[in-house]
Amino acid sequence: MESVDLMWGREVYDSARQPPPLADEFLSLLRYRDLVAQWIARSVKTRYKRSLLGVAWTMVNPLLTMAVLTVVFSRLFRTPVRDYPLYVLSGLLLWNFVAQSTTAAMGELVWSGGLLGRAFVPKAVFAVSAVGTGLVNLILALIPYAVISLLLGVEITSAWLLLPLPILIAAAFALGLGLLVSTAAVYFADVMPTYDVLLMAWLYLTPVIYSMELLPPGVRTLLQINPMVHLIGAFRSVIYEGQPPEGGTLLMAGFTALGMLALGWWTFTRKARDFAYRL
Amino acid sequence: MTSLTVSETATRVDLTAAAALPAARLERVCVRYRVPREPVSGLKEFAVRWAHRRLAHVDFWALRDVDLEIGRGEIFGVVGRNGAGKTTLLRVLARVLHPTSGRVQVFGRAAPLLELGGGFHPELTGRENVYLYASLLGLERRDTQRRFSSMVEFAELADFIDSPLRIYSTGMIARLGFAVATSRPSEVLLIDEALTVGDERFQHKCLARMDEYRRLGCTIVFVTHALSTARQICDRAAWLEAGTVRRVGPATEVIDAYARWQPTTTEEKA
Repeated sequence: MESVDLMWGREVYDSARQPPPLADEFLSLLRYRDLVAQWIARSVKTRYKRSLLGVAWTMVNPLLTMAVLTVVFSRLFRTPVRDYPLYVLSGLLLWNFVAQSTTAAMGELVWSGGLLGRAFVPKAVFAVSAVGTGLVNLILALIPYAVISLLLGVEITSAWLLLPLPILIAAAFALGLGLLVSTAAVYFADVMPTYDVLLMAWLYLTPVIYSMELLPPGVRTLLQINPMVHLIGAFRSVIYEGQPPEGGTLLMAGFTALGMLALGWWTFTRKARDFAYRL
Repeated sequence: MTSLTVSETATRVDLTAAAALPAARLERVCVRYRVPREPVSGLKEFAVRWAHRRLAHVDFWALRDVDLEIGRGEIFGVVGRNGAGKTTLLRVLARVLHPTSGRVQVFGRAAPLLELGGGFHPELTGRENVYLYASLLGLERRDTQRRFSSMVEFAELADFIDSPLRIYSTGMIARLGFAVATSRPSEVLLIDEALTVGDERFQHKCLARMDEYRRLGCTIVFVTHALSTARQICDRAAWLEAGTVRRVGPATEVIDAYARWQPTTTEEKA
């Protein structure tokens, strides 16, 4: 047995002297960053654990969806969009990232109830890991996207270097929304199925499979209130159009993302102490 | 940290001096669970009832004005009937539950061993689960790497460590859980009935490790129904009844009083 020091008084827990929840959750999260990393690794590994292709599914999955949508929309409906496969795939990647990580944030928190009752875990671990897992999947899926770009003869420009920017903005948005919906899901069991339906409606209100140019101008203006329009716009301009995003789009995307993150963080941390009593 | 650093806060073996200082302190701690009178899980139902002001709750007080001081280096037993608040007490010490009122202080790292197997994932290998569980307990990756082989050796699972957890038996999972949770002597170890799993030989091993930790100066809070084990290993004990402390003091006294009060309880063998 190695020699050990017990360090009494080095780490003191005092329920009466906790930092305000907003900061407390953040500090605990920093201390448990290894848990976040482990949790992301767990999610990436277990998702396709017993399947033949394993993690490769992360890349194959959006490709198959892209193939189906391309056949339907460019052959049957004759969408006048340049390089439609790339158009739809770029939109789909970012959409999936936001939709899947927010859904996962909710599910992980609610289904981890047993865990929260056993050991101290910073509650935001689940949302942060869900977004982290989503990021890993998104980055993996960019590889086949680049390959298809090359196959279709679309140049990969230096604008790709700006890619972290729209991705980080989308991650902030997803984290904020994930925290918000998971707080609600702790209290009301029907938030989860409702969110599924809302996501579907939201997808159709977002130019993922169609392009904004096909819409009447009035509708186009109205859709500007949908934050996903700006998030996808910024992402697409980099990897689909090969140009730096417009200042206006970037500003709108960044602004809504930060707003959502602040709202989600505030709501979540205010209620986090109560979760162990509820789950 | 392989060498012994002498610092103000580092405490070793000296039991008499250590016991004078508290490892944990509870002051008028109350824990209240709010249970809806009828279950409301729907948003619509909630809205309807809220509108009618019919959101009735039943308050369940799992702990009521609990005052306790647990000393450094002692094995502290907690006995009481089911629902007396024993597990809630551990949860409050483990920071899982924030007390509804009152104050909880723990003067060191608390490692919970509340229910073995928590945090394990069936599709991941034993090795991957060890890392996951260790990070749940707040261990850093480097720490886990350093202690990995001793954990596996203690759990006697070297041959299975790279197989998925779903092929493990309950006993094997329990052994792995105990090995990970106790791999690093934490100042305060919280154990809830953990020793009732696993075969007798492994139980002895667990008891031996607890004893070893006591000699190092760790505090162990031990919730159990096995009164004879508790008599054997605990220094002091508390008897909880309906969320309040009925009696606290030297283990044998408290446990005898509890056994006399509840003569119908058959004492399980350790």
